[in-house]
Amino acid sequence: MAKGDPGVTTRGRRAAPRSKKAGAGKAGDPELVQLLTPEGERIESVTGPDGTEYRVDFTDEEYRGLYRDLVLVRKLDAEATALQRQGELGIWASLLGQEAAQVGSGRALRTQDMAFPTYREHGVLYCRGIDPIMPLGLFRGVDQGGWDPNEFKFNMYTIVIGAQTLHATGYAMGIAMDGKTGTDDGEAVIAYFGDGATSQGDVNESFVWAGVFNAPMVFFCQNNQYAISEPLERQTRIPLYQRAAGFGFPGIRVDGNDVLATYAVTRQALDNARHGQGPSLIEAYTYRMGAHTTSDDPTRYRIASEVEAWQAKDPIARMKAFLTKQQLADADFFAEVDEQARRESVHLRERVLAMPNPEPTTLFDHVYPNGSPLVEQQREQFSRYLESFEGSAH
Amino acid sequence: MATETLTLGKALNVGLRRALENDPKVVIMGEDVGKLGGVFRITDGLQKDFGDQRVIDTPLAESGIIGTAIGLAIRGYRPVCEIQFDGFVYPAYDQIVSQVAKMHYRSRGKLKIPMVIRIPFGGGIGAVEHHSESPEAYFAHTAGLKVVSCANPQDAYVMIQQAIASDDPIIFLEPKRRYWEKGPVEVDAPLADAYPLHAARVARPGTDVTVLAYGPMVRTCLDAATAAAEDGRELEVIDLRTLSPLDLGVVYESVKRTGRAVVVHEAPSNVGLGAELAARITEECFYSLESPVLRVTGFDTPYPAARVEEEYLPDLDRVLDAVDRTYGW
Repeated sequence: MAKGDPGVTTRGRRAAPRSKKAGAGKAGDPELVQLLTPEGERIESVTGPDGTEYRVDFTDEEYRGLYRDLVLVRKLDAEATALQRQGELGIWASLLGQEAAQVGSGRALRTQDMAFPTYREHGVLYCRGIDPIMPLGLFRGVDQGGWDPNEFKFNMYTIVIGAQTLHATGYAMGIAMDGKTGTDDGEAVIAYFGDGATSQGDVNESFVWAGVFNAPMVFFCQNNQYAISEPLERQTRIPLYQRAAGFGFPGIRVDGNDVLATYAVTRQALDNARHGQGPSLIEAYTYRMGAHTTSDDPTRYRIASEVEAWQAKDPIARMKAFLTKQQLADADFFAEVDEQARRESVHLRERVLAMPNPEPTTLFDHVYPNGSPLVEQQREQFSRYLESFEGSAH
Repeated sequence: MATETLTLGKALNVGLRRALENDPKVVIMGEDVGKLGGVFRITDGLQKDFGDQRVIDTPLAESGIIGTAIGLAIRGYRPVCEIQFDGFVYPAYDQIVSQVAKMHYRSRGKLKIPMVIRIPFGGGIGAVEHHSESPEAYFAHTAGLKVVSCANPQDAYVMIQQAIASDDPIIFLEPKRRYWEKGPVEVDAPLADAYPLHAARVARPGTDVTVLAYGPMVRTCLDAATAAAEDGRELEVIDLRTLSPLDLGVVYESVKRTGRAVVVHEAPSNVGLGAELAARITEECFYSLESPVLRVTGFDTPYPAARVEEEYLPDLDRVLDAVDRTYGW
């Protein structure tokens, strides 16, 4: 599928027999917007609590493109985990299980939209057209994120939990101040964060701000059920999407393992924002299949049967089942996608291994746009110190 | 050239007005900065003339002020954030120290955050707790931030405009107890010809002891110098103006001449600006020193109740006492 701005067309609509209405959510077995069941059955449309009808009308090629994205993103992520296990990355925050939430929302962004990620949005980064090697530089320790946030409309990763939601809100206020809302080519912002972040003051302040200033933005919460070891119940006693009501804007829960529903809900929310209808909160209900990071051991805090239950809701398996049932793809296609994923992951590995360590004195670069005599003095002193070892057997 | 007599607070107000006039990307944001004009009236009349899109009354949440200002800066704006009082900056500490300060570095220069964070600081106004603190060391300790403080109306007028025009993130400390002190301000002088922002300046030349101060303590030290002169001792008072980075050339030159240095600030002594200055002076002026560098500071206690703050704050007598002690070695 085309990068950046996939079109939604009416051609190739698969006549799915069912429509349904999304109701109020519960913590255990949530009612959520779903357009593709775990078994790969299409639901043609879902009516949200506010009467909005969610549907997608992708071409056959676009359906296959989404599948390709999901597989590639998972494979590259697996490669990064392997690289960490082999000592080539310091740490890795895997997105395993969250591919649909990220590809669905990432592909829903229009070219002009701006995204503010956490440190786990490798799938969104991929959808923004950024070289997937970029975040590996951060986790390898050779830089702190190498892409240009303005060129790709995708800000740097943010490690401090929730801090980026305020940056996103300010950026969205700037869009409104620039008069860039109210039309189809208006701009919107998406702020990514997790279930744990919803307890942070910054996230709650950003909800206040976005509501008060009617900021053109979407709060996209990937509820992957755990903040490292702490389950959702340690962060909230109501479904997270219901928090939005208290701040005065709509909230909706979507099946975050359903790439089609995630796309539909996110696209609608972004379009509402760009047309001046203000912020909304999407809770993408998903599951972190892997560890929090490669330093974590999830067997200490969750049981195997829970993981197995979510395995049955796998985002890629259901897309594959759908493509197969609808005869949109055959074995050759799936093999070709797997082969592309393998090639790209090998290529990624080769390039990671070839990443040079930065020159020591580059640590003095870019402390200030206008420089500082203190930093320059230390750069000079440290350079002389390093030179004192030249020619020695050190 | 037009020279007007303005209070320091009014000089800041006029400086902010100039900045809003000169660059449409400048926005002022903070609590009560709009209709009220700020609790100290520093933004008085600006919302009326520039509108509520450029002078923004924000929700009451300091982290939110700084965090959203970062987003506006990424979008291309130049936010000037007002923190209402020194003691209220701490809810924004993460956004300042981990986000504002590091954005340029982490992006390898691709992002700039040209933000000014104005903080009325220091005591002496008889305020209730959390309204009289001197948090400069926290920010001077943070790479990626620059920290400045003005001490008179002329500098207030010029430095606020220079800080706003700078691409560096700047903590702008305003000596709140000096807001009402008057002085001449050259309101028409071109900014390009002004004394540089990150430069110290000799506020009163002298030959016997170098006294280093900034913000509210510059006036105290100038008064001390007047008193010392009556006793035949000439103090050289240096207004540091820039606290990070420090402008040390003028300091070294002075101390090498006088052989004695006293640092004065309201903030507590422990790991403060005075400690840094003493270390630097010792390193650079070791063979010129006639005595150790001494510090006159607030005490290493929480800021006390208003009825005893005069005991806590360095005053003319404590400065002169330290000057005397430099002759005791």
